Amino acid sequence: MAFVQNFPFFSILLSLFSGPLAFVLNAKGARRVNLAVITAAGCMSGAVLAYVLGTGEPYVYTMGHFPAPWGNEIRVGVLEAFLALFFCVIMLLSMVGGSLEQKLELEESKQNLYYVMVNLLLCSLLALVYTNDLFTAYVFVEINTISACGLIMIKQTGRTMEASTRYMIMSLLGSGLLLLGICFLYDLTGHLLMSNIKEQVQLLAESGAYHIPLVVSLGLMSVGLAIKSALYPFHAWLPDAYGYSTVSSAAILSSLVSKGYIVLLIKIFYRVIGFDIVRETKVVHVLFVFGIIGMIMGSLHAIGENNIRRMIAFSSVAQIGYIYMGFGLGTAEGVVASIYHVVTHAATKSLLFVAASGITDASGDSLRYRDLTGAGYRNKLAGAAFTVGSLAMVGMPIFSGFISKLLFSQAAFGHRYKMLPTLVALAISTVLNAVYFMKTVIRIYTPVEEGQQEEMAQGRVITAREQPAKSVALVCFIFLNLLLGLNSEPLIRLIGQGLEKFG
Amino acid sequence: MDFHNLLNNYGEAVAMLLFGIGFSNLLLQKNLIKKIIGLNIMDTATYLFLALKGYIHGRKAPIAADGVRNVEAYINPIPSGLVLTGIVVSVSVTALMLSLTIRLYRRYHTLDLDEISTLLKKEGK
Repeated sequence: MAFVQNFPFFSILLSLFSGPLAFVLNAKGARRVNLAVITAAGCMSGAVLAYVLGTGEPYVYTMGHFPAPWGNEIRVGVLEAFLALFFCVIMLLSMVGGSLEQKLELEESKQNLYYVMVNLLLCSLLALVYTNDLFTAYVFVEINTISACGLIMIKQTGRTMEASTRYMIMSLLGSGLLLLGICFLYDLTGHLLMSNIKEQVQLLAESGAYHIPLVVSLGLMSVGLAIKSALYPFHAWLPDAYGYSTVSSAAILSSLVSKGYIVLLIKIFYRVIGFDIVRETKVVHVLFVFGIIGMIMGSLHAIGENNIRRMIAFSSVAQIGYIYMGFGLGTAEGVVASIYHVVTHAATKSLLFVAASGITDASGDSLRYRDLTGAGYRNKLAGAAFTVGSLAMVGMPIFSGFISKLLFSQAAFGHRYKMLPTLVALAISTVLNAVYFMKTVIRIYTPVEEGQQEEMAQGRVITAREQPAKSVALVCFIFLNLLLGLNSEPLIRLIGQGLEKFG
Repeated sequence: MDFHNLLNNYGEAVAMLLFGIGFSNLLLQKNLIKKIIGLNIMDTATYLFLALKGYIHGRKAPIAADGVRNVEAYINPIPSGLVLTGIVVSVSVTALMLSLTIRLYRRYHTLDLDEISTLLKKEGK
């Protein structure tokens, strides 16, 4: 066995133990440990990705050398390694981009706790990506939820406390359903390892026995994870949680936490049940309908919003809708498009949150639209970055969002019933996206008129040198977006290749 | 209608009923403490379900006592292990929810989440 094959396990363990370590360190030390751990996990995932791309085959890593039906397993293929690497990159950039706010907005004595949460969150994300055991996945889903709740409530205002309570309630409903679904499936198959469950499920599907419990179990798990990843109409907690938490938290929550659950759902579809059986159960139709409704309703809410952070948060609801619509198409192309959109949305949404914080810094820390007038001139880099993010979300060519919309429409093409609704929803949603994102971009590039000055919050000019960390993060984000938009072919091939071997 | 299966598996049926009660309490109650009670009922119902599924009639708990090594003598230990893990998870989640509730109550002197939202809007922050 090559030494590289140990790396997924090492990266999970490293981030797990760095959590308690950060607890005993002071804020500065904890921050350094956190950045080092994210970088190390990213490097290890990169090495694993190079290794699995070389062999072309996924490999199974048995924990503690207990063989298949008894032991716990990690299974690593191209897709898992890529997602782990990508999550680490986004998390690192979000943490760097929001480092100033972490110092200013959080209490001095609680800053190291923030890094405890981030380390544990990284651990749970990596474990969700790599694990091959359904119950382990459930446990890490809960760790993910708890640390995400910590990320929201660490900035102690009334809003964040209320938001984290709402978040916990919704999340717990979701995990209750997920747990029940897993128990049903365990009861039906007698296994907890995903590959073993799939063998048994195939037998059950062939014989036609226990059809209804199987569908119920799949439905429970899908609905549970959909609630947890804030699919419309389960999004009530989301705007406050993203809108009032500190910048890094908002970026990480929107781009990574909800995506961890989506990765698990893909795993359940492909590795636990088998996508052919999922398609036959019609669960995909339900996801399709909710996805379409989410795409449109999320954007409508965003248009009515007068707070820039909440607007970006509502846009997340719409984007989650896109991802579920891709699953709902019930084809491999649809799922590839969804995974590509997971990547796109993670890269763009974290960019938007960090850029928005740069813009509001230049506008006297006000989140209201009126105060943002001309902010693009006061903070040039943040303005440019926000424009890039907006164009990517709207789906302009050369930016990343265009490719995922193209993939969605290609996947829908030739579909008997779902082609028309998909294309219409994509069109409407694009127009709505354009309405609220372009409204903001125009607003930040409107020069302030004389006499208007008094009504606005006191803004100030911020140069790129003044906030070096944020500027570096923003530039990296912009390049990442252009890379995804201009050079998408290798990534799409990688996702397709990974998905084939995913089951 | 054939109630034979339902009567044979009455334990599972009770577990599902309890799950429904807990779930709807967690979702619909306004009072935060009642929500947390709902959460615990929901989780416990799942554990009841698991424990029932692991039980094999006439066998004993899987603790090797009195030198009995025969597998046939014991029930399936895995569901019990899952229940234990689940209990740990639900205890920590309950603790977190309770601490949040205490925080909110100290600040707003109410346990009603909707009322807290109204107060927040009045604060206008």
